[in-house]
Parts: sequence; C-alpha cells; structure tokens
Amino acid sequence: MAWTGAALTALVLLAVLGPLLAVALAAEGPGRLGAADLAAIRFTLLQAALSALVSVLGAIPVARALARRRFAGRRLFVALMGAPFILPVIVAVLGLLAIFGRAGWLNAGLEAVGAGTISIYGLTGIVLAHAFLNLPLAVRLILQAWLSVPSERIRLAASLGFSDADMRRHFERPILRAVLPGAFMIIFLICTTSFAVALILGGGPRATTVELAIYQAFRFEFDLGRAALLGLIQAGICIAAGLIALTLMRGGDMGGGGLDRPPLDWPGDTQRGRVVDGLAITGAGAFLLLPLGAVLLEGSAAVFGMPALVWEAALRSILVALGSTALAVGLAVPVALFAARGRGWVETLAALSISVSPLVMGTGLFLILFPVADPVALALPVTGCVNALVALPFILRALIPEVRRAEATQGRLADALGLTGWARLRLAIFPRLRRPLGFGAGLAAAFSMGDLGVIALFSAPGAATLPMEMYRLMGSYRTDDAEGAAVLLMLLALGMFWMFDRGGRVDAGA
Amino acid sequence: MRHTILAAGLTLVSGAAFAQAPVLTVYTYDSFIPEWGPGPAVEAAFEETCGCDLQFVGAGDGAALLSRIRLEGARSEADVVLGLDTNLTAAAAETGLFAPHGITPQGLTLPVAWEDPLFLPFDWGYFAFVHDTNLENVPGDFEALAASDVSIVIQDPRSSTPGLGLVMWVEQAYGDRAGEIWEALADNIVTVTPGWSDAYGLFLDGEADMVLSYTTSPAYHLIAEDDPTKVAAPFAEGHYMQIEVAGILEGSDQPELAREFLEFMLTEAFQSVIPTTNWMYPAALPAEALPDGFDTLIVPERALILSPEEAAAIRADAIETWQTALSR
Repeated sequence: MAWTGAALTALVLLAVLGPLLAVALAAEGPGRLGAADLAAIRFTLLQAALSALVSVLGAIPVARALARRRFAGRRLFVALMGAPFILPVIVAVLGLLAIFGRAGWLNAGLEAVGAGTISIYGLTGIVLAHAFLNLPLAVRLILQAWLSVPSERIRLAASLGFSDADMRRHFERPILRAVLPGAFMIIFLICTTSFAVALILGGGPRATTVELAIYQAFRFEFDLGRAALLGLIQAGICIAAGLIALTLMRGGDMGGGGLDRPPLDWPGDTQRGRVVDGLAITGAGAFLLLPLGAVLLEGSAAVFGMPALVWEAALRSILVALGSTALAVGLAVPVALFAARGRGWVETLAALSISVSPLVMGTGLFLILFPVADPVALALPVTGCVNALVALPFILRALIPEVRRAEATQGRLADALGLTGWARLRLAIFPRLRRPLGFGAGLAAAFSMGDLGVIALFSAPGAATLPMEMYRLMGSYRTDDAEGAAVLLMLLALGMFWMFDRGGRVDAGA
Repeated sequence: MRHTILAAGLTLVSGAAFAQAPVLTVYTYDSFIPEWGPGPAVEAAFEETCGCDLQFVGAGDGAALLSRIRLEGARSEADVVLGLDTNLTAAAAETGLFAPHGITPQGLTLPVAWEDPLFLPFDWGYFAFVHDTNLENVPGDFEALAASDVSIVIQDPRSSTPGLGLVMWVEQAYGDRAGEIWEALADNIVTVTPGWSDAYGLFLDGEADMVLSYTTSPAYHLIAEDDPTKVAAPFAEGHYMQIEVAGILEGSDQPELAREFLEFMLTEAFQSVIPTTNWMYPAALPAEALPDGFDTLIVPERALILSPEEAAAIRADAIETWQTALSR
C-alpha cells in the first residue's frame, strides 16, 4: 500500500511540475523579474495571508456554534455554506457587489438613513471577497475536527462538571491547534493564485498579483521564461507555507478513540454562549447567503429561456465533474494513507496543484500534448484530470487527520488482531473515513463544476463547460442568459456537493 | 433489406465524399463561434461556394489567440487566424508565421487607409465610454471626465484588449501628458477588471456611471433588447479605433482556400453578418447597408489609431505610465 501511495505522490508531483518545466523549456531564455514583479509577489503574499487569517479566524466562532447547537435547518445551512467556495469568481464578485457595492443593498440602506456611502474597493474588498469564498471551507474543516471528538469524552467531561473554561482548555484549544494551521495553509494557497477577485475588488493596478503578472507575460509579451519563473515562485511560496504549517501542526491532536456514537450536547453551556453562537450563525448566514440570494434573484427568471447550448454545457460539466471526482478520490485515499504515517510533506507537495497558476499548468499541458495529440480533442479529459489534481489537496486536508485518528484509535487493536492489507483498511480504517471522504468528494465535484481553469486554453467549439459558456454569454452582451447560467451552475454545484457530502454522513446528524 | 444496405452504402459513400472535401481551419476568438456570433452564418455562406469544410477553432480572446499560434508555431493546424487587432499585428508579423495575403482590398469602409501585406481587416469599432441616458453632465473629453465626479470602470491593459486600447487612446491624444491625465482620472476609476465582460457586467449592475466599451455597444441594447437607454459619450479628442484583422499562416496546407476565405471575408455575405452578431462596424460595407439602429450611434469626428509598429514600440512604456499613475 505504501508503494501505491508513494508512486501516486510522485505521479501527482510530475503532473504539476511537468507542465511548469515544459513552459520553461519552451522559453527562449531564462526569465527575468522586474520591480513590478517583486511588488506583485509582495502584494500577493500580503493579501493571501490577510485573507486566510480573516477566513480562519472568522470561521472559528461559526464552526464552534454549529458544533454545539442543534436547530431546524442546520443541515441545509451547513450545505448552503459550501456554495460560495464553488462559484465562478465573477459570479461571486457580482453577488458580493449586489450587497456591498456602490449600488448595493448596504449602501442603499445607509443612504436611506442618511449615513453616507462606503466603498469596498481596496485591500478590504479583496479580503472580504476571499473570506466570502473561503470562510465556508474553513468552517467545514474546523467543524469536522470538532465533530471528531469522541462522544465518550464529552460524556466524561459532562459528568466531571466541566465549565465553559474547562471545555476550552481541554477540548477546544487542542482541537483548534491541530486544525488551524492546515486550514490556514490551504486557504492561503488558494488566495495566492487569485487574480480576478484581487484585481476587480482591489480597485486597480495597486492590487496586482503574481497571477496577473503571469497573464501579462503570456498574453501581450509572450515571455515564457518569465511566466515559468513566476510559476516556480508560486511553487516556492507553496512549499514554504506548507513547511511552516507542518511545524505548527505538530502535536495537539487529542488521540484516544471512542465507539463512534453520535455527538452529545456540549457541557458547560451558558446563556452567554448561546447568544454568542446565535450571533455567529446569524452573522455568517447573512454574510454568505445574502450575496448568493442576490445571484439567485438576478438570474432565476432567465433559467428557462437559456439557449440549448447552456444545457448541453451543463451536461458536459456534470460528466467532467463526476469523472474528476472519481479520479480525485481514487488518488486521495492511497496518498492520504501514505501521508498519514508521519509524512506531512506529502500533503505539501500535493498542494502544489492549487498554488501553481492554472495558466502555466494549461499552457504546459498544451505544450506537452501538442506534438503527440490534438489538445483540443482532449480538452474535456484534460480538464477533468487537472480539476482532480487541484481538488486533491482539499480532500487530503479533510482525509489525513481522520486517517491518523483511525490509525491511532483502531491501529493497535487491528495490529493485535493481525489485520493487515485490505482487510485492515476495510474493517478498521475506511469506516472512519466516510465523512471526510464524502465532504472531500463533494468539494471536488463542486469545484470541478465551477472551474474555468485550463479549459479556456483548450476550448473547442461545441465542447464548452458551463462556466465557460457563462463567460461566453457575458462576453457577447448576453447578461441575462449569463445570469441564468450562473444560477444553474450554482444549483448544480450545490446539488453535487450536497449529494456526496450527504452520502458521507448518513450516520450522524451532522 | 437490400435497399437498406444500399442506402447505408450510399450514405457511407456520400459521407466519404464529404470527408474528402478539403478542410479550412480558422482559429478565432471564442465569441465569434457560438450560435449568436458571426460564425455559423459565415460558415454556411462560405461552404455554399468553396466546396470545403470550414472549421472554426476558438482560442480565448484576441491576445490568447496570438499566444496559441505562437505556442503551436509552424506545426499549427490553422490555415487562417481571424480576430487579432492592430495592437497585436506587429508582434504577430514578427513571429514570421504569417504569409502575405496578396489581395488588394476593394471597397473598404474603414475611416483610415489600409495597407498591410499580411493582414486584412474584417471589422472595426471606436472605443468609447458607454453610459445610461439618465447620467447628467456627461463629460465631453478626458479632462472633463477627470474633473467630474463621474465614476468609470475600465479594463486592465495587461490582460485585456480594450484596456490596452484605452491606454493607447490616452497616449495618442495626450502624448507626454498621458501620465498626468491618468493621475487625474484615478479618483474616477471605481475599479479595473481583467476583461471586457467583467467591466461591462459591473456597469450593468450599477457599479459605475460609465464603462469603457465601443460606440457600437448601444446598438446591441437597442436592437436586441429594444432598450434605447444606453449611449456612448463623444469625446473631443477623437476616439481610438480597434481594427480586427485576419491573416493566412505560412504553414497552411490550404493556401489557395485560405486566400479565397480572406476574399470572401470582404464580400457582403460575410460583412452583413457582422453588425448584429459581433456588434462592430463591418470593414467593407457602406453605411446605408448597416441595419436600422446603427444610424443612432455617435460618429466621432476624429479617428485615432497608431500604426502597428508605433503601437508595439510604445506599448510597454504606455502601460508603465498607466500603472505608475494609478498606483500612487
């Protein structure tokens, strides 16, 4: 099994670095960076770090509240919270602007009470948008850690009369310490390749990111050397961030296991705690769901009048997403088993796929495929594979802690019983992976539905995916149809996410 | 039964005959190809006469199109590239991948003269700021715009063709004063987007009073949506032009057919499709042949445009001026 994991890790690494190398080799000379590139690197790091910090810190009270409270509609709420993460960037931006923009609801409200208007463009806007897109992911990662506390321990704490402060010290801090560095790292990496969000909400060229510099290098200058160098810097940032997160993640896990009973009410609850949790849930709900509501409101009317092309594209997107999810899960399980045995660096390497520019990846793949096959004919399979690679780090992030926990809690018993190989996985490990696997597969599917990424470089007539068709509609003045397509995309991605995620947690009420 | 076999055989034979028809591969930008773009009508009209199979391949937008050709180099399947603009043609010519078209174009209706041995124009437009008719005190030039509190959304010249067009526009109209103009405009700019569609979407959602687009954009709203409330603001400096062109690739295995296509491109069958699919001015169609609604559009008094060589020479500096002024 270790061999499979190691081989697949190498394969993933090859698939990410190969295209980067192909771009570098096609360059006419080594790339050189200018002052503007250095400024772009600094800005990229700054905005990504701030965005990840805000997303993760904002997610803590929400995850805590969701872990401790039961209320009507909680499941639906948890599922809907995943929606922003999977939206195509421009849809998310337009949704946010419908609330926070110049002509948005917030400013309309402020104006109505005579309070003057606010502008969100600038670093605030970028961080706000990245928090909107990534807070749900952070919430789910933290929530999952919370829910993994064995109910027996909670019962014990309750019988010992633990107060709120005791619960924090003995449960919540260790949980957070184990989960926060990884959550921060993955969101930081997602934000380092941000480009449209940063530019549009950043309000101008001050908000230039590395990804935009890569765009410029490719499109008007055709400077492949510089593009490859910038891609390499993105990879370097990823590895550095991964190593830091790895150091911070050491220790902290609670260890110990239970009998997989459903979670109980959290002891040490207070009136104040209920109010705080209520505020966290309402606040996050408003922040995340109002912009989505605005997208729905704008586009719902157009859904049924859309050209047939859009429906065909939707079908293609569903197929690509399903294929991509199957591949991602197939890769993730052996790699997670391999990584869980003290090989934290594996996860860092796998995370390269989200930190390397889609434009560099796509161009590199094009250069590799072009001499041997027609890249356009392979557009959909290639998109599926790249999406699977990009989804892999998300699945691993959800999976690896659970594999570790399963090994820690069931491993010794399995060893004592002489369980090895497949039987050990089937009986001792897999049952504990169902929840994170469902969640990870849901993310992979939804992400693939919403991804524009590399397909834009390989586009074939009549083979567009739904996000691409949506951009084409927007690019041809057909805003109404594009808004309809955005609604369809959101519903499909949510549906896919919900289906997989639900499949993963048929047992518990979480 | 025998009839079925015979019929099947005939179908195969005719299928084979069709498959043997030479294929002309035209690389173009994405929005040319869909059912609402010019592609389908152009394909049908050309295939009626050429005895060939015309295939469009989409490659993003104009700038991505050139990158694609450069990535593929001499091995490209493409016979014709359609959709570059004059800001890109100098770089395109420099690749050495394009062959002279050898055509003396007749009846061009561009406001400027055309002499380019490698590329022929198929449509063109003027960049302009588009606004809603209820906007008051519409600025009449860049200085008035900068002095006003009218908000605009523009595109980034590093990733977008219209964005680059605007930078060239200011550059040609103001020369050494371009930096000063950009600094004065900074507080009017709500934001800068990576591409045209993002900016136009923001404008339609009310994020800005004006958006950088084309003088022909209002025609879409008028003709397709019956909405007369979008208009373009005439600027006294004149308006920078975008001329979209096509060229034949040196490595084409169908050079004759490619030349035929470029000739066809300047005939009415192709040109009359352009106004209401690409929402630009056709390059060789008299004004009276334009569809109703185009007569309502503003016509700039001066057409500004840099030659491809000049555009290529000043591009990097002009972008830097823009970037420095807006980063303050």
